[in-house]
Amino acid sequence: MTGPRPAARRRRPFGEVPGLGTLAAGFLVFLYAPIAVLVAYSFNAGSIVMVWTGFSTDWYARAFANADIRQAAFNSLVVAVTATAIATVVATLAALVLARGGRFRGSEAVLGLISLPLMVPEIVTAVAVLVFFSGIGLNLGLGNVVIAHVTFCIPFAFMPIRARLDGMDTTLEQAAQDLYASEWATFRLVTLPLLMPGVLAGAMLSFVISMDDFIITMMVAGAGDTTLPVYIYSMIRHGITPEVNAVSSILLLVSIVLVTLYWFMTRTGPGTARR
Amino acid sequence: MALLPARAPLRRTLGLLPAVAIILAFMVVPVAIMAVFSFLVPRSFGGVEWTFSTDAYVQILFERMLDDSLRFSPGYLMIVLRSFGLALLATVSCLLVGFPVAWFMARRPPGERNLWVLLITIPFWTNQLVRTFAWIIILGRNGVIEAPFRWAGILDQGATLGLMYSNLAITVGLTYTFIPLMVLPIYASLEKLDFSLVEAAADLYSSRLATFRRVVIPLARPGIIAGCLLVFIPSLGAFIQPDLLGGGKKLMLGTLVQFQFTTARNWPFGAAIAMVLLALVMVVLILHARAARPHPAPGGGQ
Amino acid sequence: MRTTAILATATALACAAGLARADGKLNIYNWTDYTAPDLIAKFEAATGIDVTLDTYDTNETLLAKMQAGARGYDIIVPSHNFIPIFIPGGLVQAVDVATMPNFANVDERWRFPAWDPEQKYSAPFHWGTSSVAYRRDLLGHELTSLRDFFEPAEELRGRIMGFETPEEIVNLGHLYLGQAFCNENPEEMQKVQDLLVAQKPYILAYSSEGVNDRLINGDAIIANQWNGNAFRGRITAAEQGKDLAYAYPVEGVIAWADGLLVPTTAENVENARIFMNFVMDPENMALQSDFTGFAGPITGQDAHMSEELRGAPEIEMPADAKMVFSFACNAAAQGLIDRVWTNVLR
Repeated sequence: MTGPRPAARRRRPFGEVPGLGTLAAGFLVFLYAPIAVLVAYSFNAGSIVMVWTGFSTDWYARAFANADIRQAAFNSLVVAVTATAIATVVATLAALVLARGGRFRGSEAVLGLISLPLMVPEIVTAVAVLVFFSGIGLNLGLGNVVIAHVTFCIPFAFMPIRARLDGMDTTLEQAAQDLYASEWATFRLVTLPLLMPGVLAGAMLSFVISMDDFIITMMVAGAGDTTLPVYIYSMIRHGITPEVNAVSSILLLVSIVLVTLYWFMTRTGPGTARR
Repeated sequence: MALLPARAPLRRTLGLLPAVAIILAFMVVPVAIMAVFSFLVPRSFGGVEWTFSTDAYVQILFERMLDDSLRFSPGYLMIVLRSFGLALLATVSCLLVGFPVAWFMARRPPGERNLWVLLITIPFWTNQLVRTFAWIIILGRNGVIEAPFRWAGILDQGATLGLMYSNLAITVGLTYTFIPLMVLPIYASLEKLDFSLVEAAADLYSSRLATFRRVVIPLARPGIIAGCLLVFIPSLGAFIQPDLLGGGKKLMLGTLVQFQFTTARNWPFGAAIAMVLLALVMVVLILHARAARPHPAPGGGQ
Repeated sequence: MRTTAILATATALACAAGLARADGKLNIYNWTDYTAPDLIAKFEAATGIDVTLDTYDTNETLLAKMQAGARGYDIIVPSHNFIPIFIPGGLVQAVDVATMPNFANVDERWRFPAWDPEQKYSAPFHWGTSSVAYRRDLLGHELTSLRDFFEPAEELRGRIMGFETPEEIVNLGHLYLGQAFCNENPEEMQKVQDLLVAQKPYILAYSSEGVNDRLINGDAIIANQWNGNAFRGRITAAEQGKDLAYAYPVEGVIAWADGLLVPTTAENVENARIFMNFVMDPENMALQSDFTGFAGPITGQDAHMSEELRGAPEIEMPADAKMVFSFACNAAAQGLIDRVWTNVLR
């Protein structure tokens, strides 16, 4: 729990609150308990999610054999990755201007504009965007879905980045510029690494929001663009089956593998100790 | 300062252009379409009739009687209030849980912090509907929480703790769904805190509480505000948790608007509610911006 | 030489299947788990048409989406009460189902229905009923009247589930009170509202999701349910030694029938017609029924269906049961339903 900061070792260092570790552990239990249940029920033999009738891996076999659900999961990932990448870049640029560009006329209006997608109920956005898309004849297949997702992901990416930038120390950047580093080099080597926790937080939020969106996608998606949430919600009339749990578990496994890889890469990499 | 994103108007324009253009084209235009719809008449089986009418707005507060007179009817107002209350509850609960967790994350060794960010978002790779179903298994009759009580004989067969289908269940569901939206922005703003500086401040103010209030909170403020917005506004429109965990016995804003566009087939009314909601949230945001102006966040080296 | 032979065989096969064009695409828009994978595989193998399946959650979503101008789908599957909205709205096109060869297989009672009297637009698909399912072992008696659902005994407090779409539960209320559907009489609607308000303390949840789940775990004792879901629920419940039954109350059950229709914006109309004709075959419709657990409109399909489904009481209605079709209400009636529901959920 003790951070490597020898300067602050008298008494109990400020940030250390007793019981914080326990709280964090409790929080992880809160986060992962439903996930454990979800994974457990993916091995349910019966076809009704919440009724346990015995152990079986049939639903995994079904999920792997089901081309529609695989396509839906694939579409979801494509949309989420693309939308996250675009939204994060766009939001980072906007946040930099708004936080560093000084106060200018209309800066508040821009701020309001960027939070607009948050404030409109999803079904309204969904119907309006579809009316608009079909009105202008925009027909880019999955591209339509990506555009809609980028739009509502922007505020989710923007908020943490902006929060990070607000009141961020600029002395390092000034020092770099004093040393005649080019602006680009300053940005790449100083500003961006300082900004990284905000960018990562923003990107993760966009990704999660995009992966979960259902109402807007349901409306905007054209033929062949069904995403996983749309597929799952459309099961409601006939009952959700543990096949959904199986697919969710597979996605979970993939994400855990990716994170583990990332963990080992950054551990052995050179940049570990950089703040 | 000549730092990147400089004051140069050209650069400012270029930086803002993508975000503003995307939102103008794909959000403002659709919202304008909806604003127009809200002043039209519903077609009998969905869609709109191109006749001007303010009925949709009148309908929010008044009920048209059979003789065409209007009577004040608080039904929809109650729904708005209830939704605001529940969203507030969710926000407070997310803040209470989220702030300590973000604090804990910011205090981890630098190499470990990103891992925590991922640990907190991984559960949300799964589908929201199935995650909420999992809560039914945890909170429900014969569920994970009740099982030990039943086994110990404290709970009779057929009896239940009644955790499900309550405001508690909805709050747990909303907190669970929206917690990353609170934790990550706060973490992003806390992470830049130099704890040795805070230590020095603690000496200066001599009280930890004062330090917390005067140094930490101002620094974390942008993150807290961002987190609260990201939790509050989406939970206003949430409908899965009230339906699945609350039993759907009270209408919520999200369900109400959804309902107008689908089952009730009254697009203008749905659009009108959305416009009013939008205006309300805007007013709150503007008031907030006004109030926040005299206290710029301290810290950072100017 | 060999290629020619293969081509000739293929052509012969294609002709045998009665195909005008044997390639291209077909985009079906339907509920999840409502199109049998075996049926699609068989259709693709027989015709060479590549099928893409997309899904939606409710008739309402489908309608809103089509009204907002969505395109790209060749087959949609609305329910009978929505078909009269799609047809005059110009959202679907006439494909002359009655002239298709396999139309001869359609059971007499499903031909030329009220919602498509000349059978120009819709090919009949599954049909079924909605009523209530109940735990016979927990209720302690047969459910013969909707009284148990609307005016339950005290021990059923908090143990009843209703659908979350008001139309279903309001219609059931009309049945119980002996009133007409899509009622525009405010006094009668008031009675429905009073009935639902009085019922509310007995309601566990208004939800169309996880109905079987909550009946089987004992949370709910009586619940609004569709017959096909009740059939699946009974089988799972029986495995656990629990007794789940589907009721045919004396007041009647609500009937529904889904149809295959071709949107005006469809790009593969010919393929859509081939598919419609394909589905109206006893063997093919039996594949569908086996997969979904819902009955079909084709004479002779029973012979190809699984034993389990053939005798199922949920699917094969008792001869004396009363069945009433719901229909889409006009704006005035819909407005009243809306108001009743808002008052119930206040």
